[in-house]
Amino acid sequence: MPELRNFTLNFGPQHPAAHGVLRMVLELDGEVVVRADPHIGLLHRATEKLAETKTWIQSVPYMDRLDYMSMMCNEHAYCMAIERLLQIEVPLRAQYIRVMFDEITRILNHLLWIGCHGLDVGAMTMVLYAFREREDLVDAYEAVSGARMHAAYYRPGGVYRDLPDRMAQYQESKWKSAAQIRPFNEARSGSLLDFLDDFVGRFPTLLDEYETLLTDNRIWKQRLVDVGIVSPERALQRGFSGPMLRGSGIAWDLRKKQPYEVYDRVDFDIPVGVTGDSYDRYLVRMEEMRQSNRIVKQCIDWLRQNPGPVMSDNHKVAPPDREAMKSNMEELIHHFKLCTEGMHVPEGEAYSAVEHPKGEFGIYIISDGANKPYRLKIRAPGYVHLSAMDEMARGHMLADVVTIIGSQDVVFGEIDR
Amino acid sequence: MSATLEALCQSLQEHLGERVKSLKVAFGEVTIEVDATDYLSVMQTLRDEPGLSFEELIDLCGVDYSTYGNVPREGRRFAAVSHLLSIVRNWRLRVRCFAPDDSFPSLPSVTSIWNSVNWFEREAFDLYGIVFPGHDDLRRILTDYGFIGHPFRKDFPVSGYVEMRYDPDQQRVIYQPVTIEPREITPRIVREATYGNAENA
Repeated sequence: MPELRNFTLNFGPQHPAAHGVLRMVLELDGEVVVRADPHIGLLHRATEKLAETKTWIQSVPYMDRLDYMSMMCNEHAYCMAIERLLQIEVPLRAQYIRVMFDEITRILNHLLWIGCHGLDVGAMTMVLYAFREREDLVDAYEAVSGARMHAAYYRPGGVYRDLPDRMAQYQESKWKSAAQIRPFNEARSGSLLDFLDDFVGRFPTLLDEYETLLTDNRIWKQRLVDVGIVSPERALQRGFSGPMLRGSGIAWDLRKKQPYEVYDRVDFDIPVGVTGDSYDRYLVRMEEMRQSNRIVKQCIDWLRQNPGPVMSDNHKVAPPDREAMKSNMEELIHHFKLCTEGMHVPEGEAYSAVEHPKGEFGIYIISDGANKPYRLKIRAPGYVHLSAMDEMARGHMLADVVTIIGSQDVVFGEIDR
Repeated sequence: MSATLEALCQSLQEHLGERVKSLKVAFGEVTIEVDATDYLSVMQTLRDEPGLSFEELIDLCGVDYSTYGNVPREGRRFAAVSHLLSIVRNWRLRVRCFAPDDSFPSLPSVTSIWNSVNWFEREAFDLYGIVFPGHDDLRRILTDYGFIGHPFRKDFPVSGYVEMRYDPDQQRVIYQPVTIEPREITPRIVREATYGNAENA
């Protein structure tokens, strides 16, 4: 009899299913995982340390680059923490805009997740469909902020500017004639809200289409059902949040339980899983997209009827408008102070958490009264979920590791920070 | 103060009593400070006591208080700050515990109480050099293999001490001292309490 022994396998960092730069050292007994040891930090940029050397407002774009698949949600947590310390009120319209874009971000994130997860598990078509819809949503990002990914749109005190009245149109070129681009421009003829309204109207049908591809697909179910089961007790013990916790059957959603902004004014449901396996987490996320769609619709309706300011009028925090700054001594001083020294946040500490597409994303800020944070701690949901990798993968086959990574929805921007 | 926070404060005083060194409520959040000797027992009570029932540890991070407020600091330097969440009671709590020795900061590990703290303690060790006796796998986590120092301490420069480059002569990647100058574009300023406030001037 030859001597049998476990062998060690390096999974990643250059592996298409590693979702970025995950290096995982897997100890295998045949094809069964005995131990999984994720090595992270390959994308570590010390965002928290950098934030200590930047003024408060300069760190907003860094937040986009944490979880670079749900940009505005990261900004949201950061701005909310600062607002809590400053104790300023955000205008209602800005709160609705934030909620609307948080939900757009959730759809963006989940679309990318379903695309990549499908690709990892072998459903090649999903990613093409998902990116078709993402295109429209990143266009909405572009319309409000000028950037398709790293928006830096939320600011302490509100949002950078109001929603635009017109959308960018496709131009005629030597490859695409006027007749060819007309259907593309149809939804773009009105304002951003009209464009989103059109999207919200057709998105549920598209989701049904995705479900026909996956939900009852035999291969998809064979790969996902009963893979990576987490019991509710273990999920709490491991600090899970978001879809990972709800997949295990705990109805916990910060938007409902500890509502921030205007989540208590909109109507939506929380989907909950039963068995806590990868398939349940898939179903939870699919349903979340439908619920997000509902919230976006409600926000559009409210925003159409209620114009108003989108930024706080406290000029110790938010810069005055351009015209006032040019003609007014007081405003000029405020503008100068804000753009050189930056705002001062009173001494204290605050933790603000949002229901990020991946779970609870929290920002813990300690301020000593300076124009820069004293300590900024980013609580990334993916970090906690990935730390449970060993527990979830143990006893599964090598191929199931890929499913588990996919169902955790990890993004290394936030895990490595 | 809302009714929930009041109930939480009462419950804390009832179950922890003398072990709470300070209890602060600010911005709708409750913060308690505990001694390192009581740390483990307090955490155990916080999880197991049905009147508190903090089932989840959301976050633990190290903090270096050495330059707080731009003034020389008296008192201890390193602290571990945890954020706890109770799903049943729907409340949160912040627990701060200062490490007794500044030159060798050490706090008992709470991995046996909440498994989720595992990587957070590794991170606090990696970035601040706080050691957690009782943790079974206290390796570095975010920094490079073979990294020297604890980069988030306030006396560690932002640009670091070494940089990496490919050396064509040796045909491998080497480390060398950093060649960039540290610079500060916007200085860090802490204004006095009355600054810009006409009534108190």
